[in-house]
Amino acid sequence: MAGYADGEHDNARRFRDAALPYLDDVFTLARYLMRNAADAEDAVQECYLRALRHFDTYRGPAMKPWLLTILRNVCNAEFARRGKREVASDCGAEKEADEIPLWQEPQVSPETMLLRQHNDDTIRRLVAGLPQQFREVIVLREVNELSYQEIAQVSGVPVGTVMSRLARARAMLRSAWNVAEGAAS
Amino acid sequence: MNCAECEVLLHALLDGELDAGHARDVEAHVAQCSACAEKLRAFRAMRGAMAAANLKEAAPASLRSRIEAALPSPAPRVANPLKVARPSRRTFFGGFAAGAALSAAAAASMFLAVVRNDQEQTIADEVVSAHIRSLQAGHLTDVETSDQHTVKPWFDGKVDVAPPVVDLTAEGFTLLGGRLDYIGGAPVASVVYRRRKHIINLFVARRLGSEHASVTASTVQGYNVRHWSDQGLDFWGVSDLDGEELGEFVQKVSTALHPDRPS
Repeated sequence: MAGYADGEHDNARRFRDAALPYLDDVFTLARYLMRNAADAEDAVQECYLRALRHFDTYRGPAMKPWLLTILRNVCNAEFARRGKREVASDCGAEKEADEIPLWQEPQVSPETMLLRQHNDDTIRRLVAGLPQQFREVIVLREVNELSYQEIAQVSGVPVGTVMSRLARARAMLRSAWNVAEGAAS
Repeated sequence: MNCAECEVLLHALLDGELDAGHARDVEAHVAQCSACAEKLRAFRAMRGAMAAANLKEAAPASLRSRIEAALPSPAPRVANPLKVARPSRRTFFGGFAAGAALSAAAAASMFLAVVRNDQEQTIADEVVSAHIRSLQAGHLTDVETSDQHTVKPWFDGKVDVAPPVVDLTAEGFTLLGGRLDYIGGAPVASVVYRRRKHIINLFVARRLGSEHASVTASTVQGYNVRHWSDQGLDFWGVSDLDGEELGEFVQKVSTALHPDRPS
């Protein structure tokens, strides 16, 4: 610990107080974006290191979306490094999305859907099955509980795009859900 | 409104992100379109099921330890909820290897918005005017109840934020209800409290500028005003209470917003 001046300890303490409470949020997004636990952990650690490095220029507004923005950048950088197709590129994901039927009429009523017990794993699996940009918007909204404005900041798109993506994401999720319901009954 | 528009906007309605005008439009369309009404019901049910499920993943303890170990100061401090992040100009973290050039700085600048002082003053004036109006017009509350669980959902779809409604009755601040107000031409939520004979309007709007880590105190036309922001929301507390008691109110509200943090 020697070698750090008091002000530096102070800065680290402020960073700790501000950023660590969101560790589960950041890890959750990483888990859904990276799909495997080890990669997610690496991404989260890199995210916090970067956040710490840039904390002195951090001017708000809110810590959670700021951290999630960095995490998303870390994940995309990793995808790019690997040269995988799973990059948050709009055209690619759109194409991918079109292969999935956007709308299916429900085979069960919404009431049944609500009443029937879903274990968390089923829902996670359905979310994990969405194409990247739709998975991202669903997790940011339903799990990280960001506002539309914050999601727009994290994903770097206008609020209108957030709204249309969320509508499509939920429609896809509903279809997948109904298929899962159909298989279960 | 047509069905295509409704299909997108009904989600914003469910998420409490729609302004009052569009919320009315969606509700009017849904009232006469059974297909969209069905979608609204289905998505509301789905959203409820997702909210009930635990989809968040806890970070492994080993990961938390690794990150904590990278910080130079081991002793956590008891956090003051209103002093979250006061950035320092100093860089201390020279020890980490420089990674790929990152966009955190770019991300930070993307968020960079500065509420200029004169803008803040204009808003303070409007907030006080709204407070006075609420007392004069006999229109203090649109929804009158001391039940926080009634007030909060009442705002759903009426303003573009979900204002936190906290019950501070035990602390000496009685919850009277909620009201829709207009500040700067936009609908904002007001949560109304009473302390003895004094009314407090707590205006809640989407954050209008950069996060204010600390509370700004001012006095406008003899009314005390406290402004702060938290969790992406702007809070303005206005009352004829004296500064100290209004300060106490602000402290109670922000403590209630962070139940997990020691006060």
